[in-house]
Amino acid sequence: MCTYLTEKFAIAGSGKGPHGWFALSQATVYVDHPVHAPFGHTVNIDFLNPALGPSARVALELTEEDARALADAIHAALAAAPAGLASRNQ
Amino acid sequence: MTDELIAGTVTITGHGGDEIEAYLARPTDPAPRGGVVVIHHMPGYDAATKEMVRRFAAEGFAALCPNLYSREAPGADPDDASAAVRALGGVPDERLVGDVEGAATYLKALDNANGKIGVIGHCSGGRQAFLVGCSIQVDAAVDCYGAFVVNEPPAGMPSSMKPLLGLTPQLSCPLLGLFGGDDQYPGPDEVAVFAAELEKHGKEHEFHSYAGAGHAFFAVDRPSYRPEAAKEGWARILDFYSRTLG
Repeated sequence: MCTYLTEKFAIAGSGKGPHGWFALSQATVYVDHPVHAPFGHTVNIDFLNPALGPSARVALELTEEDARALADAIHAALAAAPAGLASRNQ
Repeated sequence: MTDELIAGTVTITGHGGDEIEAYLARPTDPAPRGGVVVIHHMPGYDAATKEMVRRFAAEGFAALCPNLYSREAPGADPDDASAAVRALGGVPDERLVGDVEGAATYLKALDNANGKIGVIGHCSGGRQAFLVGCSIQVDAAVDCYGAFVVNEPPAGMPSSMKPLLGLTPQLSCPLLGLFGGDDQYPGPDEVAVFAAELEKHGKEHEFHSYAGAGHAFFAVDRPSYRPEAAKEGWARILDFYSRTLG
């Protein structure tokens, strides 16, 4: 199915696309058909900067298990570092 | 008659008079031809959809797929364009209808057009093909596993996504529906309600569900591909169009 559901939030950081590094301003997360991954559905994560155009995008298509593992790994990495070390207000 | 065809990008006038990109494929011989508007799926105006457009040309129709993401992402890769449009909330139904109408107008103006127009879409495009059939005058519509025609979308969907069943009395053409028996979106219950509503309003329709096939069984580049269902489905589509667009 096409879920049409999209989680969207503003971000600050950088990503590396086909033309090199660029500033990121937005992320979207959604469960839907992948373009490339060999599955019917995947957890799709896009890191975007709409001001630079649609091609300013770093894309991921992950299985449900791997998306959860990624989320856990992010939490674990942050828990292992001093609080606020990577904050946007550091 | 030859088997020669031409294919490539053209510019058409879409909703609101906007000039948008579209992919055209047509036989080169001068015989009268029906036209097919191919509505691309949510992943975009991609290689698989263009291949389908060429298939219709090889089968004797003039086929045209408007790039529904032309405005937001001109020239972008299909997947980037799809992601950009998704982040903006998707394609409004009204604009989709206008773009398909523009594609139909373009096809009707081809020098060997016979004036007949069919529409087809898969997945999100299946829902949109029915929407088009209920919104403008066409001669045939094919809905391949379009969800949310009958059932309310889950909470959180874009507010523009509404069930379409109430539009059934306005359906202007025969409808062919092809569904996966194992699909849940639309599930068999939803398909049965859809068929009953068409029956109730005396709308000509033909529905086929394929056992052992789920969603996207036509998609040759996805694990959901089911060759037997897809082969039979293509035969149903071509038979339907030969009767309605000939």
